[in-house]
Amino acid sequence: MSVLVIAEHDNAEIKPATLNAVAAAGELGGDVHLLVAGNGSASAAEAASKISGVAKVLSADSAEYESTLAENVAPLIVDLASGYSHVLAPATSNGKNIMPRVAALLDVMQISDIAAIVDGDTFVRPIYAGNAMATVKSAEAIKVITVRTTGFEAVAADGGAAVIEAVSAKGDQGLSSYVGAELSSSERPELTSASIVISGGRGMQSGDNFPILEAVADKLGAAVGASRAAVDAGFVPNDYQVGQTGKVVAPDLYVAVGISGAIQHLAGMKDSKVIVAINKDEEAPIFQVADYGLVADLFNAVPELSSELDKS
Amino acid sequence: MKVLVPVKRVIDYNVKVRVKADKSGVELANVKMSMNPFDEISVEEAIRLKEAGKVDEIVAVSVGPQQCQETIRTALAMGADRGIHVLHDGDTEPLAVAKMLKALVDKEAPGLVIVGKQAIDDDCNQTGQMLSALLGWSQGTFASKLEVEGDAIHVTREVDGGLQTVQLKMPAVVTSDLRLNEPRYASLPNIMKAKKKPIDQVAPGDLGVDPAPRLETLKVEEPATRDAGQMVEDVAALVEKLRNEAKVI
Repeated sequence: MSVLVIAEHDNAEIKPATLNAVAAAGELGGDVHLLVAGNGSASAAEAASKISGVAKVLSADSAEYESTLAENVAPLIVDLASGYSHVLAPATSNGKNIMPRVAALLDVMQISDIAAIVDGDTFVRPIYAGNAMATVKSAEAIKVITVRTTGFEAVAADGGAAVIEAVSAKGDQGLSSYVGAELSSSERPELTSASIVISGGRGMQSGDNFPILEAVADKLGAAVGASRAAVDAGFVPNDYQVGQTGKVVAPDLYVAVGISGAIQHLAGMKDSKVIVAINKDEEAPIFQVADYGLVADLFNAVPELSSELDKS
Repeated sequence: MKVLVPVKRVIDYNVKVRVKADKSGVELANVKMSMNPFDEISVEEAIRLKEAGKVDEIVAVSVGPQQCQETIRTALAMGADRGIHVLHDGDTEPLAVAKMLKALVDKEAPGLVIVGKQAIDDDCNQTGQMLSALLGWSQGTFASKLEVEGDAIHVTREVDGGLQTVQLKMPAVVTSDLRLNEPRYASLPNIMKAKKKPIDQVAPGDLGVDPAPRLETLKVEEPATRDAGQMVEDVAALVEKLRNEAKVI
């Protein structure tokens, strides 16, 4: 049997999370097919065909897939699913939005956010904000799965030569429509795929203070993140949030600045390779997961860090 | 318009969860239980819609053991009008819950169902989307803002890149994210009043749903722990360690 992966893309390019989902699909064995459902998405389909390990790209290029509304995309996936043993999507906001709709239409129980694959029926997934890991077995004929991207090393974006096959669109279901978006634009790397992340918490006191973190981020080529407290306080937009209900990251280096370390935040970053915590409260729980802890006032330490990085 | 709000009883978000020694699950005995935080946000949003004159009745639904009555009472004390308790001991999976909710929606005919985006116990993030699919309705997931305008609803969604706004045809399912609102505390008079509000009890069988789990949990384990770290004296020492010991910059 083959495995179908739902590609994450913006009609022009394939998003990195797709590469982790393809890696998970590769572990299951069998051919890996990639669905690119979009509008004017020929270049995304082209890029998809080059991904290492992909045997075939299914391209559904039609107006109703422009903004990947779940109501329109789910019937397309349901139609295709019968030819596959597993249907996977990265556990991005898109994947989380669409896949349960697919699962319910197929009358199967979804397996959310898998962090490891034991075999074709058995998967490991975090529960309770990652404070426990559950090994679950599914007897469903088609396994509908979202993939925790940090659990699987991305495959190469090139080196493949998959055939591209057009699949027919299912039409607009007439249930919902796209109105608009306010997307953050940043020259910095994407939070979930950056190799270094520097995050600020409530200790930053104000959004006006985030530029001191950004200065360090730019020197390290890092992405900037935040704790829920900082997002709730309006310091930074929602898409900065790292944690149980925000983004899950596992960079080579995670620098937590002014973050106390609530379990909900730790859930989003504790798989990072090296963790640095800077906090003036030496009792802060963040120090329990940190490889390197520095008890200091961040308003002194962060500018100092910035100038220290200039020295070679 | 009537609004249906599902509320789940979960381990309180402040409790440090412990895995059972036999790896069969997590310790639930003598642990503080509360309403799933995202469901509190859903209840609050329904109440605000009612206060704005867009909604005339709020029905809180919970699936689970007898103690779920307390969770429903909490919703009633916040401002919901009545409750429905689907009595079920044992594991609840999103697909089965979505099917039970669908049966209740068919009976109650709400114009809107507001579901928490995920429960903080199983972290599945499925029920709202599944319910929407089973009903053939529109869905507005991860909502941080919601505006009802006639027979349509505008939902601002928290997505990976920022915010996205969609227009949904009513009836609709909306799932609430953290920043939709800040839930109120129930006042003492409202807690007293809630004791008189009605709660109906039904069984999954009454709704024509088999609640048996489809996934088998083989084991539940502690996550891998991190090795103890070290404290550094100053920023210079930190940078030196990151360069020469960890070799990450």
